[in-house]
Amino acid sequence: MELKELIQQKLKEKFPETEFEFSEFRDELSVKLNKKNILAVCMFLKEDSDLEFVLCEDITAVDWASRKNRFTVAYHIFSIKNKFRLVVKADVDENDCNIDSVTSVWKTSNWQERECYDMYGIKFNHHPDMRRIYMPEEFEYYPLRKDFPLMGIPGSLPLPKK
Amino acid sequence: MDRLTKQDVHPKILQKLLEDTDITIDDALENEMILNMGPQHPATHGVLRLLLRLDGETVIGCVPDVGYLHRGYEKMAENMSYYEFIPHTDRLDYISPLANNVAWVLAVEKLAGIEVPLRAQYIRMMVAELARIASHLVAIGSFAMDVGALTVFLWTLREREKIMDMWDILCGARFTNSFTRIGGVANDAQPEVLSLIKKFVDEIDDNLSECESLLNTNRIFIERLDGVGRISKEDALSYGYTGPNLRASGVEFDLRRAAPYLQYDKIDFKIPVYQEGDALARYFVRTDEVRESAKIVKQCLQLMQPGEIKANLPKSVLPQKVEVYSKMEELIHDFMIVNFGINPPVGEVYHAIEGSKGELGFYIVSKGEGHPWKCKIRSPSFIHIQSLPHLVKGHMVSDVVAIIGSIDPIMGEADK
Repeated sequence: MELKELIQQKLKEKFPETEFEFSEFRDELSVKLNKKNILAVCMFLKEDSDLEFVLCEDITAVDWASRKNRFTVAYHIFSIKNKFRLVVKADVDENDCNIDSVTSVWKTSNWQERECYDMYGIKFNHHPDMRRIYMPEEFEYYPLRKDFPLMGIPGSLPLPKK
Repeated sequence: MDRLTKQDVHPKILQKLLEDTDITIDDALENEMILNMGPQHPATHGVLRLLLRLDGETVIGCVPDVGYLHRGYEKMAENMSYYEFIPHTDRLDYISPLANNVAWVLAVEKLAGIEVPLRAQYIRMMVAELARIASHLVAIGSFAMDVGALTVFLWTLREREKIMDMWDILCGARFTNSFTRIGGVANDAQPEVLSLIKKFVDEIDDNLSECESLLNTNRIFIERLDGVGRISKEDALSYGYTGPNLRASGVEFDLRRAAPYLQYDKIDFKIPVYQEGDALARYFVRTDEVRESAKIVKQCLQLMQPGEIKANLPKSVLPQKVEVYSKMEELIHDFMIVNFGINPPVGEVYHAIEGSKGELGFYIVSKGEGHPWKCKIRSPSFIHIQSLPHLVKGHMVSDVVAIIGSIDPIMGEADK
């Protein structure tokens, strides 16, 4: 069976009550799911002996600026065994800006989630060290959000007095 | 000078300052010390800051601190066209700028669905492998310098200098090249640069052996690195290791084989793998990779046929400058691309190449406009620095320097 069909079938069998939204663009398979299930699905994708997505390449978010679910968190995971890349996505709303951390699945997600928090302000539940990573700790804004201007916000960083 | 008042100090810091700060030491022999290493430290390869908790000279804890070189390239990418971002990729991993150029244009071409002529693909492969050689030469040299062997650094930089000279002829710049274009490369490889490259790859084996002869039989070098900074196969995968660092831990994973791009599936080369996972194994992987890259460049030179170096797609590929000045159509297309961008279709792609440090990926989200809606840079150095606390635990302070050198981070890429 084609691997893409296998992944779809396995996910539907394992999580029958969850809704999965599969899509393909430029030969890349991506699956969108409810953020409640993210940890269980990631754990399954890594542990399943046919899939083995052992390498978490990248975790990031997209700010859509004017949508009901403002952010989409995207996980790019790679299966070395099958030489296949899968994109797992989950929508996060601005008013309920948190998602479960996957640090218990892949250790590398620790800093990637911190970067995501630093840039978009999405909190990752049960993360061992939820601090900012690039910006100073007392910085109040999230620079990669679309409402943050390119030139920065005057007065947001302490500067020498005139 | 005016004295600082309470209003000048951040409330959080003020609160800490007002707290009781007396330190009592019960037993003078059992106290731990915090050592701040960097960001201005010659062995941290840039502006990496480490906070080390020491017991005597043994490291018992470490917190890396990054962000001193954060320039916000992801934010800037959202506000400029796909072409305009090419020069900025040079500044990510500034030791191998050409590989970054190739990675970026490959991601954009995947998004826009552009097919590149064969000759341009071979030129790209050639320059990407030369960038890998240059990067590994710097990595080996500075790594040897970190543990005290200064001569090797001078010798490997002498070899790298030859690559710089080739780039100078090829694209007119030694360091920040910006050589690739969407749909091809900026200009064709001239015969003189091809003969220089051929001479270089024929000689690199002997020249590298010369550098190695200073290290491989050097007892101080071997004993300082053997068993230092060991990471197991499982941990390396879990920490998201890629590139030479992962292959030193016994995982045969190389994106040139696992997800072939350009023409790598037509090329014969080996993937060097070592099982030990320590600093010495990472050094051996890099020296082996230099030889393999030289082999790839040789095959590229053989397989390269004369032909076009840019795709014939006037709506998305910039015309040559000579044509812009002499032809009306080309002038219009040039104006449109420069002012409004190439407008790829709505969608999102992730494309990664095997960069010299590891997997270098770009995640681009397009809304069909001239500039990306989002651009995420997946930089290998950022991921590798994350594992430093795991690597340095239990080692001496002097080993920390060797371990940083062995994972070869570049802060321009880690901080974006």
